[in-house]
Amino acid sequence: MPSLGADMEHGKVVEWLVKPGDYVHKGDIVAAVDTDKTVMDIESFEEGVVAEFLVDIGDTVNVGTPIARFTPTPADRSPAPSEPTPTVASAGEPRPAPAVVEPKVPSPPAVKHGSKISPPVRHLAHSLGVDVGSIRGSGLNGEVTRADVESAAAESTARGVPAAPGAQNGPAYQRRMRSSPRARRLATQVGVDLQEVVGTGPDGAITESDVRRAAGAATGKRVEAMASEPPRQAEPAVDAAPRSRKEIGGDKAATLRQAIGSLMSRSKKEIPHYYLANTLDLATAMAWMQSQNQQRPVSSRLVPSALLLKATALAAKETPEMNGFFTRGTFHPSASVHLGVAVALRHGGLVAPALHDAQTLTLDELMDKLRGLVSRARAGRLQRAEMTDPTITVTNLGDLGVDSVYGVIYPPQVAMVGFGKVLEQPWAHNGMLGIRHTVAATLSADHRVSDGLRGGRFLSRIDELLQRPEEL
Amino acid sequence: MKEQDARQAVQAAISQVAPDVEPDDLEGCARLRQDLELDSLDFLHLVETIAKTTGVDIPERDYPAVATVDGLVGYLAGHS
Repeated sequence: MPSLGADMEHGKVVEWLVKPGDYVHKGDIVAAVDTDKTVMDIESFEEGVVAEFLVDIGDTVNVGTPIARFTPTPADRSPAPSEPTPTVASAGEPRPAPAVVEPKVPSPPAVKHGSKISPPVRHLAHSLGVDVGSIRGSGLNGEVTRADVESAAAESTARGVPAAPGAQNGPAYQRRMRSSPRARRLATQVGVDLQEVVGTGPDGAITESDVRRAAGAATGKRVEAMASEPPRQAEPAVDAAPRSRKEIGGDKAATLRQAIGSLMSRSKKEIPHYYLANTLDLATAMAWMQSQNQQRPVSSRLVPSALLLKATALAAKETPEMNGFFTRGTFHPSASVHLGVAVALRHGGLVAPALHDAQTLTLDELMDKLRGLVSRARAGRLQRAEMTDPTITVTNLGDLGVDSVYGVIYPPQVAMVGFGKVLEQPWAHNGMLGIRHTVAATLSADHRVSDGLRGGRFLSRIDELLQRPEEL
Repeated sequence: MKEQDARQAVQAAISQVAPDVEPDDLEGCARLRQDLELDSLDFLHLVETIAKTTGVDIPERDYPAVATVDGLVGYLAGHS
């Protein structure tokens, strides 16, 4: 169970997106995990074949607990397809063969990192094609011994045969598309196979309307398909999702509220906040944005938030005291700006996932990522990497109406920037009074790391950057 | 476009952009931003969806005219 945020202590597996026997690449999405805040996809840190799940759907375990065991890819695995066997992954069904192979080890830790191993043994593992990360060390302090490697090698050879058929069911999963919980629920209801749906959402995500369209198109095709191939079993992972998501939906708002409450209490207890505000002149930025938008198709129009976020990211890059983590009594500035964006969830509560390396993104890229991030946050589909620790957060509550917002810093971050509503206001400029677009920018920052002078400089820097929108 | 069709297109677009908005909340005078709580990205998505389904492209300068459900329906009825 990976840590999906500084405040996360445990997580609940709500969905397996692979099944035993599936071949998984490093970075493939393998499961959905419910933290107290949201449901997130987690990816594999390793490559290999899923041997077994160590926790069932619905189990809550502490961070660091192994949740699945992988075996390295057997080198001699034949790619010849065998008959698709009924899928075996769903909770409650008997575990597949691997559990029988080593009954004496009920839950071998699949801890991938930090397992101790001496160079000669590592070399042996390498030449036998054994992934050392998947071995349970039996030596001193869990050190992986020569015998461990040899038995793992023998085991993976033995498993190679049963694993292969399952792996052949895998390709469908390997090209698994993104889809929203709603789309999946609908797909189950109307009997559409998501693998055959072309997604039109962000990153090719399958939306509800894609499913509807596919349902219409499939009615005719289905009859032929039935004749030529055996009816597909409903994929358990896909099938299980709507149920589990629905079950958790009820108390989700309450646990999210608790999580936010405890994190914010901690923040107010530990962090000596100071607050600054500045009204930014957006006349140039808004005029530039509107002229840009006139030439753009609606799908690539910009919103003011994109400009504000980019200016904040650039200013944070220049002001290290605002960007990083305060842990164990010291401040650790971050080299890159992973800009947390507070996203209000419709059923209440909020999450603040990161736009990674925001200072390097063009406005169009930032816009694109922002839209993807917000829609995934709302659909409960954030990825681990997005939740892991933004280095500074922006709350843009003004988008929904308030004039200014003073945020509470997310520990272990040290600054929170708030933008209010973009307003038209009377504004004196060069001795003349005119009407201009403005926005109230606020900063809540950590006095252990910076002082008001530095914070003020940071806010003015955002203002300066917004005066040259074409350079953002 | 007849008003009836425009209203249907608006309802369909809103339910796609904000699936959790109850159809009952879609009164004509409901303000998209304040009452339905669409943020600027949702609103952009809505304008995009409507352009796709009805072919009516709402330029940014007309956004104030389409701030309510009725405003949007009327705009579509008048522009296609």
